Amino acid sequence: MSSLVAQFLNGLAGASTLFLVAAGLSLIFGVTRTVNFAHGSLYMIGIYAAYTFIGLFGVTPLGFWAGVVASALAVGALGALVEIALLRRIYGSPELFQLLATFALTLVLKDFALWLWGAEDLLGPRAPGLHGSVVILGSPFPEYDLVLIAIGPAVLGALWLLLYRTRWGRLVRAATQDRDMVAALGVNQKWLFTGVFALGAALAGLGGALEIPREPAQLSLDISAISDAFVVVVVGGMGSLPGAFLAALLIGEIKALCIGIGLSKLTLVVEFVVMAIVLVLRPQGLLGKPWETLRAAAQVEPPLCAPSRAMSIAALVAIAALAMLPLVTQGYALVLAIDIFVFALFAASLHFILGPGGMVSFGHAAYLGLGAYGAGLLLARAGWPMEAALAAAPLAAAAGAALFGWFCVRLSGVYLAMLTLAFAQIAWSIAYQWDSFTGGSNGLVGVWPASWLASRPAFYLLTLALCSGGVWLLRRALFSPFGYALRAGRDSPLRAGAVGIDVQHIQWAAFAASGAFAGLAGGLFAFSKGSISPDSTLAVSRSIDALVMVLLGGVQTLTGPLVGAAVFTWLQDAIARNTDYWRALLGAAILAIVLAFPQGIVGALRARFGAKEEAA
Amino acid sequence: MMKAGREAFVSGVVLAVASALAQPAAAQEPIKLGELNSYKTFASFLEPYRKGWQLALEEVNAAGGVLGRKLEIVSRDDNGNPGDAVRVAEELLSREKVHLLMGTFASNVGLAVADLAKQRKILFLAAEPLTDKIVWENGNRYTFRLRPSTWMQTAMLIPDAARLKKKRWAIVYPNYEYGQSATRAFKELLKKAQPDVEFVAEQATPLGKIDAGPVAQALADAKPDAIFSSLFAGDLARFVREGNTRGLFKEREVLNLLGGEPEYLDPLKDESPEGWYVTGYPWYGIETPEHRKFLAAYQTRWNDYPRAGSVVGYATVMSAAAAIAKAGSLDSEKLVEAMKDLRVGTPFGNIVFRALDHQSTLGAYVGRTGVKDGKGVMTSWTYSDGARFLPPDAEVRKLRPAE
Repeated sequence: MSSLVAQFLNGLAGASTLFLVAAGLSLIFGVTRTVNFAHGSLYMIGIYAAYTFIGLFGVTPLGFWAGVVASALAVGALGALVEIALLRRIYGSPELFQLLATFALTLVLKDFALWLWGAEDLLGPRAPGLHGSVVILGSPFPEYDLVLIAIGPAVLGALWLLLYRTRWGRLVRAATQDRDMVAALGVNQKWLFTGVFALGAALAGLGGALEIPREPAQLSLDISAISDAFVVVVVGGMGSLPGAFLAALLIGEIKALCIGIGLSKLTLVVEFVVMAIVLVLRPQGLLGKPWETLRAAAQVEPPLCAPSRAMSIAALVAIAALAMLPLVTQGYALVLAIDIFVFALFAASLHFILGPGGMVSFGHAAYLGLGAYGAGLLLARAGWPMEAALAAAPLAAAAGAALFGWFCVRLSGVYLAMLTLAFAQIAWSIAYQWDSFTGGSNGLVGVWPASWLASRPAFYLLTLALCSGGVWLLRRALFSPFGYALRAGRDSPLRAGAVGIDVQHIQWAAFAASGAFAGLAGGLFAFSKGSISPDSTLAVSRSIDALVMVLLGGVQTLTGPLVGAAVFTWLQDAIARNTDYWRALLGAAILAIVLAFPQGIVGALRARFGAKEEAA
Repeated sequence: MMKAGREAFVSGVVLAVASALAQPAAAQEPIKLGELNSYKTFASFLEPYRKGWQLALEEVNAAGGVLGRKLEIVSRDDNGNPGDAVRVAEELLSREKVHLLMGTFASNVGLAVADLAKQRKILFLAAEPLTDKIVWENGNRYTFRLRPSTWMQTAMLIPDAARLKKKRWAIVYPNYEYGQSATRAFKELLKKAQPDVEFVAEQATPLGKIDAGPVAQALADAKPDAIFSSLFAGDLARFVREGNTRGLFKEREVLNLLGGEPEYLDPLKDESPEGWYVTGYPWYGIETPEHRKFLAAYQTRWNDYPRAGSVVGYATVMSAAAAIAKAGSLDSEKLVEAMKDLRVGTPFGNIVFRALDHQSTLGAYVGRTGVKDGKGVMTSWTYSDGARFLPPDAEVRKLRPAE
């Protein structure tokens, strides 16, 4: 029993830093409606900065705490800089675009940290005076952890005071409720946003700096921090600080208790399971407000027009030209092209629910992975021939999408997105741990196409046929009554319901269809690589890649995802070969595209050349 | 006069043509070898690895290259995931036209590239992946692996574990294949050596995200006599910090796989654990002539001390060069045959790539940790030759798929 109490205290200590990072993220989203993907990178820079500052100031009590405060201020300044230089220019873009920009920022910041601090892990000093442990209920408990437990509620209290007892805080709360009104009332919205972003960044930096006595500064911290922070913010309710605190406590405790009662394997995914349960039972998080949306309902998009004859002929010509490619080269260009086609289909399937469907999915890789694993397992374990396994891939993914989708369509906005992420992570962790069936973290090898398709040109033509067929089917679906109903549900659920459209059922069907095509892409992906692993198919990074491709090309157009997939895949391939700091270069390239084309590449082309691309 | 002039003219032309033809023969194309690794994802291990293979490349070329030609290594970043690694490998094969592939770090990447090598019938020298499967369950004709596997390194720690005669053992491992295999091998081998052993606690931690406080608490609550850990990098640092603060390691013996490697021990500095039994690389104290030569060359070239990755990179390129020299040709089948029972000189001494399972006999230094001058070091060690820490041949033959 005393060990459970001890574990309870352990959970509290972890919850404090979790809350700090999540609070910053929640604050930023609440006011600026930006999903700050770079928040984890700010946390990482906070811990690196603390290492440097404490090294400079010396390991004395004053030096340590001055170093922590200095790091928080430095990261806050970095946040302000980012907001002024980058985010201000894209507040007018569709909200998801800021996600793309902050994603590109994570790439740049990670290479910046690599350049400044090097590749080695940097273990900082312990807090002076807080080296040891006190005995609580028979178990030693670190003194520093007690300080951490105190800091969490202290920061919550300070933030509450700031938001409810100062004029600035009142403006921030007003901006959370109605941005435009605040601007209309004469408040300088620009500096308000900068201030909030800087405060959020400073909180992330503080969270990182406080961790310096507990863990080394390393380059992989950004991904784990952002993932944890997202979960906490969503479970607590976007924009709610007490909610974030409560959620941090809940997740910290559940993790500690899992470890305490011998269910340590569950810690791989328990936070996502908790998030899934909370979202299913309480769709707006624990203390959140129901009206948080990612796509402003007021933003009306020009309706999609059916493709003109000229467009259709152009598309056929393009496909014919691509089919001739094996005559020109049989080498690497075909390999790259196969990758591009697979990701184009994947991105198109995501766009189907994201654009016309209005449902953002952060976990679309789940269906890519289900398709890949479905095909791979049927081939490797059940001995099916490759053609049958490939045909079964979309079915396996559609089944998964139907199952997950049933829960997801009951939510909306960012909550829907996070629930999709939760399901994707659960699928990932099952594949990752089930060594005997799915091959565990190593995955499956030996998943090669049948001999008549094994030659590169043959597989290339198969991929071209299936992917162009898939994209064509998706387009057809969009201009069928089903597609119109889907778009109606996105634009105005109330009116659509009044007309007799069952919006939820339509969305569910769209989700399943989108999953099916993603599964087809997954099956082709598996056979093109000859192996499947959880990290290349089901991981979060794959879902993020899909989002980036769709956003890069432009959400409002149908060829957007195709162009985005091509550009992104080609960029990654070309840049990675040429320079050491290719990640920063890729991030900078995406940032340049974001700043130059706020509506995405194809969107900007359409705006420029007007009626030339009717429905493209 | 005219005839002499014409003769002179013709001989001049012949001489010119002959010298023009002779030029390409003298200045031959270098031999291209392909190398792919996750330089961005595992920078702390692979930066020294890159320095190691670059040093080896320079030494081989300074000695005249192989088969009269210089070696050239085309190196790519595989982005740390198998899908991109396969694409990068295809690029090396089809566009750069390399004659063999080497490298990879993570086990899933290594397995994927090994399978590609089997499909494309090209030699693949897996440098670092530790999974047993790459030469056993998923072994194939074209894949050879340099580093001692998880099983081998766990086996190297068993003699010390058995000698301790502790009854209650707790195990902590990162929750993926490497940790799972190390745990499985440890339990199996220790049970054989010490039948009365009891495993009182097992903690599986998410890779890179260990909750060190609760884990240390849970391990302490189980009251073990000794702990076997396969944690590394950031997880190890967090575990050591928390464990030291909570007194987890007081009066307990701890074994840690890979704990003595400079990449993982150096960041701990004066916090380094004392008296742990680890596998590692005590570069500062190895007195063998091969290692002294390597150490001097590495320090002169890079102005830095070598890490475990440096030895792996160096030995990989040396193995590739030796294979080409032995085969006398660049044909894949001849290279594969040459790799079987190939002897290579490395900073750890001579190693052999076994024909039985394509695993090299490279070993590791097993010893105890301590703190000296504020840095973590291995205070005592012996070299465990990989050849002595492998299962019996009959067992290996059963594990490997028929060729």
